[in-house]
Amino acid sequence: MTDTAAALQRPHAEQLFAAELAALAAADDRPRPPQWRLSPWAVVTYLMGGTLPGGEVVTPKYVGSRRLIETAVATVATDRALLLLGVPGTAKSWVSEHLAAAISGDSTLLVQGTAGTAEEAVRYGWNYARLLAEGPSPAALVPSPVMVAMEKGAIARIEELTRMPSDVQDALITVLSEKSLPVPELTSEVQARRGFNVVATANDRDRGVNDLSSALRRRFNTVVLPVPATTEDEVHIVTSRVAELGRALDLPPADGADHEIRRVVTIFRELRRGVTEDGRTSLKTPSGTLSVAEAISVVTSGLALAAHFGDGVLRAGDVAAGIRGSVVRDPVGDATVWSEYLETVVRERRDWSDFYRAARELGD
Amino acid sequence: MTDEGRVRVLGIRHHGSGSARAVRDALTEHDPGVVLIEGPPEADALVGWIARGLKPPVALLAYEVADPARAAFWPFAVFSPEWQALSWAVENHREVRFIDLPAAVTLATAGDPSAGEQTRGPRSEEPDETTEPPFAASPRCAATDPLRDDPLAVLARTAGYDDPERWWEDAVETQASSSLFTSITEAMAELRTATPPPAETEDQLVEERREAHMRKLLRAALRIHDRVAVVCGAWHAPALSGRLPAAAADQRLLTGLPKVKVATAWVPWTHSRLTYASGYGAGIASPGWYRHLFAAPDAVVPRWFAAVAAVLRRHDLPVSPAHAIEATRLAEALAALRGRPRAGLDEVQEAALAVMCDGNPTTLAYVTRELVVGEELGTVPDGAPLVPLDADLRRHAKSLRLTLAPAPKDLVLDLRRTFDRERSRLLHRLRALDIDWGTPVQVAGTGTFKEAWQVAWSPDFAVAIVLASSWGTTVAGAAAARLVADPGPLPDVTARVEQALLGELHTALPPLLTALDERAAHDADVAHLLDALPALIRAQRYGTVRGTDTTSLGAVAHAMLTRAAAGLPAAAGGLSPDAATELCGYIERVTDVVGMLPAAAGALWHDALRRVLARGDVPGLLAGRLTRTLLDAGDLPADAARDALSRALTHGPTVAERAAFAEGFLSASALLLIHDPEVLAIVDDWMAGLADDDFLEVLPVLRRAFGGFNRPERTAIAERATRLSDHETAAATPTDLPYAEMAEALATVRHLLRRKDA
Repeated sequence: MTDTAAALQRPHAEQLFAAELAALAAADDRPRPPQWRLSPWAVVTYLMGGTLPGGEVVTPKYVGSRRLIETAVATVATDRALLLLGVPGTAKSWVSEHLAAAISGDSTLLVQGTAGTAEEAVRYGWNYARLLAEGPSPAALVPSPVMVAMEKGAIARIEELTRMPSDVQDALITVLSEKSLPVPELTSEVQARRGFNVVATANDRDRGVNDLSSALRRRFNTVVLPVPATTEDEVHIVTSRVAELGRALDLPPADGADHEIRRVVTIFRELRRGVTEDGRTSLKTPSGTLSVAEAISVVTSGLALAAHFGDGVLRAGDVAAGIRGSVVRDPVGDATVWSEYLETVVRERRDWSDFYRAARELGD
Repeated sequence: MTDEGRVRVLGIRHHGSGSARAVRDALTEHDPGVVLIEGPPEADALVGWIARGLKPPVALLAYEVADPARAAFWPFAVFSPEWQALSWAVENHREVRFIDLPAAVTLATAGDPSAGEQTRGPRSEEPDETTEPPFAASPRCAATDPLRDDPLAVLARTAGYDDPERWWEDAVETQASSSLFTSITEAMAELRTATPPPAETEDQLVEERREAHMRKLLRAALRIHDRVAVVCGAWHAPALSGRLPAAAADQRLLTGLPKVKVATAWVPWTHSRLTYASGYGAGIASPGWYRHLFAAPDAVVPRWFAAVAAVLRRHDLPVSPAHAIEATRLAEALAALRGRPRAGLDEVQEAALAVMCDGNPTTLAYVTRELVVGEELGTVPDGAPLVPLDADLRRHAKSLRLTLAPAPKDLVLDLRRTFDRERSRLLHRLRALDIDWGTPVQVAGTGTFKEAWQVAWSPDFAVAIVLASSWGTTVAGAAAARLVADPGPLPDVTARVEQALLGELHTALPPLLTALDERAAHDADVAHLLDALPALIRAQRYGTVRGTDTTSLGAVAHAMLTRAAAGLPAAAGGLSPDAATELCGYIERVTDVVGMLPAAAGALWHDALRRVLARGDVPGLLAGRLTRTLLDAGDLPADAARDALSRALTHGPTVAERAAFAEGFLSASALLLIHDPEVLAIVDDWMAGLADDDFLEVLPVLRRAFGGFNRPERTAIAERATRLSDHETAAATPTDLPYAEMAEALATVRHLLRRKDA
């Protein structure tokens, strides 16, 4: 990590992993598609981790199926736009950021999709002072991140594509099919350089989404990122992300964190799947998604509690409130789910009595 | 010429499409006079049928004549190297010999047939088939050296692959050249020396015998023919190559082996039976893909995606040629990224998922089912040696225009038409033989002349047919013989009577009825009689539809009813609550059908029920239910029923017993409580008079009694109950109803009932 990166609250992937990217680029002797910093093989290695011939260790960025990442990278390599789908917390944005960092060395060409995203965000806007003073001119034009990516031959990222209004989404159709963006005001256009591509993410279990039109959908290859397959994977994801966040927040490493993380992950997985890990007891499932991202934030805030108000040891009491907050989204239905889970599962586990007491102290 | 030069050993992977191409090329190049193939020598005579319209997938079936349940299959698809070798030989008029250990020996030594392994063939064992010793899937094999069990996995790991199938595909199947067989033999020879045989296990012995037999037939072939080709699993290739060892040692291994009499036949097979998923755990997961690899002359991947697009379009999913183009590009990019020489099944499936299916696995499942597996049923030409019963079945199926297709199809038959009746008859007869080609389905509308089936042919039936052939040579004969043969206890006989009636097996009926009467007489358990009765009484109906004479059946049913009625009062006393509930169910089911018998039978039955009630010690639940049954049947005046209820509720031995009576009496239907204010009043009084503790005790029972009613019924009861206290409205009479508004509805009802009056 460079010094500048250390001072930042959240460094970009290409800043955080600059050393790894450089090592990969040095070791990578395979053919690279035009404008790519790395070969597709090296991009996959960057995401999945591995050891380079020179002995440098590349940390895994994505814990899960290698085949999915291979499909994603091959998609971008064939000039098709990539759509990463999944429930919250399945590392969609994470994968998209690292893909952009590894392929273009720049993960900042980002459009955040919201209900208020306007067409200017994917096409171009105007500097109105200049527009009024000078009339339409290239200098008065404010390019969008997509337009910049086209000019540079880089990856443009679009987050939460389905949260954008449909007409804004459809502005992408020309970009993706013609690989050009006409600017009628200047009777010119921007033609994408080779290497340009779009990586979009969308949540497939979100309320109030604007479904993609079939015209746009046809232009994307879709890769669905699943929730972690095993408890071990999920514990691994939470542990490593919590460690990174903890470093960023300067939280002292807490003792006993492994035990609590495993417990948080177990509770989340059990409630998400509606059955206990041993498969013996069926459970009601709460209305929330109980994503991995929520598990990470529960543990991080627990660590903060332990560091600042406790004795530096992560205890059941530090995470209980966070877990309850994630589970009980709907005060009536989810409260029943939670108290049923406490009484039927948590109470029966002898080594979980500390957690049971802590959860009970919070009240119903 | 030395022996080595005269013999060409082609070590293959069973069902490997690349091997199949290479085998053909190698055969053309070597031009042998005889082709020796791993398979049962008993099947030599069947080879001729290949030229006469045998269409794969088919399987060689070898079964023990004395016990057809012991059987083994050798399935072949069009892309199986063995099949290609067979067809090459037939096309070029060369001799073919199967050289494996005779099925007569393997079946004789295959262990206890009751273990459920008997139908597993040597060729249908393991995913990785080159390693197969016969019956390798049996648990005793699991303990042996993994290296030896799966030598390909070792080779694959050495080459840096985690999946041996994929390695084989990359290293062998995609480089289909005839020179590869020498390398395969060498690699396998290395492996065989690297993995010394384990101690003298049974499996090891079987394997040595198989190879000894193969060598024996190879020597014999060399005496006659100048050039010989051998097609066998790669693992065996080294054993047959180079200088053959002395014949004497092999002969020693092969003497004194037990033998059974075996018959062989071709049976149609399906692609899905070649996959892992089906019961035999057979060869390969993706027969459709292999067939494509074998059949596509060029542009393998684009042709594949064109087919995928066609499948998805059939399911009304919009897929354009542009999708196929993009999927091809993605699959090839993935293959390049993974360093594979060519896009394999993994790549094309992942590309189809990402490009054509929007990442939706449900959509991809269509592709997997229809293309990757690609259902296909082989055919065996008419006249090929069939089991005689099989031939009869096919003849009937053909004349009744029923095709032996594996895809499930619904069939609704109108039994008033002769043609449909004959179809129904055939399906029922087959069911009697445990060949469940048709499964009866519930049909909407309850006409007795309508019958719905779901028909789906499964190649498994080949085994069932062979098994059933021991009962006779025709479907009708075998089914009748099967039904009459050593009938079991009463319920079993009744079921057989029903089957005989449905299948119109007239010859089976008289002996079965005799057996039925005899068992009914000796069976002391009234519950058995009651259990058997409904099926028997219902069976009469079929008689009227199917034109069978059911007088004898009616007589037997009546006799059984009499016996049951006589035994019932004695059986109903002093029962535990559970036994009472059970008996209650039996009585109800008989009551439901008793109306189908002549009126005298009904009177007899109700009389028996009255006599049961007359006993003082009948459990509350049963007593309540019987009282209600008699009331509903009109055999008990309403006053008497009310009195009985009142008596039971006030003077029953315990509170629980009283509540049980109430449950039995009330739970049948809510109408009585709604429409008879006096009954409601009795129940209301009783409940109001319960002490708190007693109320808590009977609450579960009451809940059960009322739980079966639907919401409007319960609301209606509650309404009536609140009005009970105020006596003017207690008797809600029909005059309250708004007749004027209902006039039109009533007119329609009248019209429907065709009543012209009023």
